[in-house]
Amino acid sequence: MTPEKFESWLRVDRKGLYCRPGRFHIDPYGGAERAVVTHGHSDHARPGHDHVLATRETLAVMRARLGTPARVSSQAASYGERIMIGDVAVTLIPAGHVLGSAQVLIEWKGARAVVSGDYKRRSDPTCPRFELVPCHLFITEATFGLPVFQHGDAREEVAKLLKSHAQFPERAHVVGVYGLGKCQRLIVLLREAGYDRPIYIHGALAECCALYESFGVRLGALKPATGAAREDLKGEIVLAPPSAIADRWSRRLPDPVTAFASGWMCVRARARQQGVELPLVISDHADWRELTETIAETGAEEVWVTHGREEALLHHIKTTGRKGRALALIGREDEDQ
Amino acid sequence: MKAFAALLDRLAYTPSRNDKLRLLADYFAATPDPDRGFALAALTDGLFFRLPVRRILTDLVGSRVDPVLFDLSRDYVGDTAETIALIWPGGSAGPEPPRLAAIVEALQSAPPAEIPALLADWLNRLDAAGRWALLKLMTGALRVGVSARLAKTALSEWSGVPLADIEEVWHGLFPPYGELFAWLTGTGPRPELAGRATFRPLMLSHQIDDKDLPSIAPHEFVAEWKWDGIRVQAANQGGERRLFSRTGDDISGSFPDVVSSLPEGVVLDGELLVMRNGEVAPFNDLQQRLNRKVVSGALLKSHPAHIRLYDILFEGGEDLRALPFVARRARLEAWHKAHTPRRTDLSRLIDFASVDELKGLWSGARETGIEGLMLKRRDSPYLAGRPKGHWYKWKRAPLVIDAVLMYAQRGSGKRSSYYSDYTFGAWRDGEAGTPELVPVGKSYFGFTDEELKELDRWVRNHTVDSFGPVRQVEPKLVFEVAFDSVHRSTRHKSGVAMRFPRINRIRWDKPAAEADRLETLSAMIVE
Repeated sequence: MTPEKFESWLRVDRKGLYCRPGRFHIDPYGGAERAVVTHGHSDHARPGHDHVLATRETLAVMRARLGTPARVSSQAASYGERIMIGDVAVTLIPAGHVLGSAQVLIEWKGARAVVSGDYKRRSDPTCPRFELVPCHLFITEATFGLPVFQHGDAREEVAKLLKSHAQFPERAHVVGVYGLGKCQRLIVLLREAGYDRPIYIHGALAECCALYESFGVRLGALKPATGAAREDLKGEIVLAPPSAIADRWSRRLPDPVTAFASGWMCVRARARQQGVELPLVISDHADWRELTETIAETGAEEVWVTHGREEALLHHIKTTGRKGRALALIGREDEDQ
Repeated sequence: MKAFAALLDRLAYTPSRNDKLRLLADYFAATPDPDRGFALAALTDGLFFRLPVRRILTDLVGSRVDPVLFDLSRDYVGDTAETIALIWPGGSAGPEPPRLAAIVEALQSAPPAEIPALLADWLNRLDAAGRWALLKLMTGALRVGVSARLAKTALSEWSGVPLADIEEVWHGLFPPYGELFAWLTGTGPRPELAGRATFRPLMLSHQIDDKDLPSIAPHEFVAEWKWDGIRVQAANQGGERRLFSRTGDDISGSFPDVVSSLPEGVVLDGELLVMRNGEVAPFNDLQQRLNRKVVSGALLKSHPAHIRLYDILFEGGEDLRALPFVARRARLEAWHKAHTPRRTDLSRLIDFASVDELKGLWSGARETGIEGLMLKRRDSPYLAGRPKGHWYKWKRAPLVIDAVLMYAQRGSGKRSSYYSDYTFGAWRDGEAGTPELVPVGKSYFGFTDEELKELDRWVRNHTVDSFGPVRQVEPKLVFEVAFDSVHRSTRHKSGVAMRFPRINRIRWDKPAAEADRLETLSAMIVE
């Protein structure tokens, strides 16, 4: 099935994962000549590449965050559209992580490799659902690569937030959210749960919210939290970047209940260390079961593990009789904050 | 179980007392009997299961989870019970989760051999929060920052029944407290508990300053030493011997030596101490005996407990609380003479003709274990709570040292954005004779909100390193730290431990090099 070993045409160099016959990198750091970008988070979508291939949504995120997605040219690919780069075929497949996120299917000489990027398999009303692609080599993320990570139903976590909101009506509820993805997903989940009050947002979240709206994701009424009167924030839900929730910025809020929406929140020491009073286990990454089931379902005989807690996942891969390998990609620590 | 798990989860992360009260009250209001009664029992330390939980769990997990994956997970999570709760395969999707009452009843009645299968079934039916709560419940250590007193306060606030009334009946009631909830919700009578060993709320005193002392008329008051132990109520009614803390927690289990000799029909008020050869040992020694569910014979021998009696509330079933203090005292003396139970003595009364004489006595008192003086009105009845104008405590002026701020940690709750918990140190000679700071204590109170803001700013501007929520700061800021006493400690690098340290003053003006040395603090140790 694989006349040439994968290592001979896919390898890690200084800038990251590189496809030799197509002469492109996937999510490279530093300026690369040609980059395929899986999604808009800043540790995947970096500035300074000459040519960038990504979904239309990801390019829009890069434009908003970086000014321009590429120094020379950018190319938008639709999900499922097969694009030839030299004699390599590249197809972007929905990854279900955030708006515009994609897996990258790379086909060369009959061999199929899939780079998962960051992904999750459960439903998220703000982006298309993950699609499974059978392949020979699966290159997987492993952010939550320990069996203690079993993410529950995000709607139950939202119910927990709304219950607290009803129990403490004189306090503000400030929720730490990652600006791209988590923020908008939480807003839509709140709307689906019937919460129709304006949601107050920290200034740093406004641009991504506007971007989601421009792609047709309805967020309802949003108001700026910065500058709002303390009195007006009583009984309101306020979203802010994680760095702001328990620091000086939050002092403007009336006796806030500090919440944090993240997959890490299932670990108590972690929540406590961050001064979180209401941990909400809502993750945009695959949990242990998703990671292991996806590996099995792709049918891949070889699995490479990129960033995260790869040790446990590699152990699992080995016990299931597959060939596993850790890819040492630097700079991908603890995202989903 | 779901509601109980959600409650524990919230309580564990909620620092504010008032918020905890609201969470508890909401739970009691929304949860049916007998679940809420068992929850109350769990929160007030009223449920014990003698089960080898750790061994059962090791077996169950060992057959379900790859050991390499378990060890990696345990290392990451840091706590075995929490790791098991998180890693347990499956969960939540299956059939209905079990009810709390069903779990407790099964744990109390099932044969030991059936427990592993029951536990596995419950774990399969619960989600991660439910599994965590179940394991906490079974190991008997909830550790969610709720004392029995707080749980009862929540019952009181929720039902409108005064806390003192709940305390009065509490120790005669048993899980799942159906009678209690019926009374609190107005659907049943007040539980009848005549002649049973129940907690009677204590009479407490007000602090008095030197400047207010002249208002004390010597002929209206008697004085007593205030001993540095813990206030307790000892009772033997209906054959039940009990020792209660000041807040009504039953601590009989930790002090079998003092309650075993109490004769029938009596309720006493006194100070619990550790005494050796007629001498009061430092408070630290008493602390070794507190919070132990089981006391070893060796500890009973090396740290013998003792009650120094202040007052008598009941004798032979007769309620003496309405009598004036001097009449109760006469009854106490006569009773003690007749019975003289082992490990008890009477607190000495001190006659004084003038306030100046009192001051002289006070400054001459060198005996260890004396924390201050109590002044009690001769005609005061024994009143629950802290009534005005009856009892006063006059405490020793605090000790102070100047210490240097070394580390600051983020507070919790309202203070979570502030560096509000301070570790301070004293100087000593390090290697090569250069002075170094060694931590001597930690405190998070004594300053105003305004000062906290200034301190927070100072910490942020003088940080040299940070570890999670802790910042190490330049050794430049001096605190005048007040404390009640200082003791030897093998647990601290400095070898000393302060009692009740608080920030008395912030010495913005004082150069750090002029702060006190460790030897100064060591010299204050009371042996």
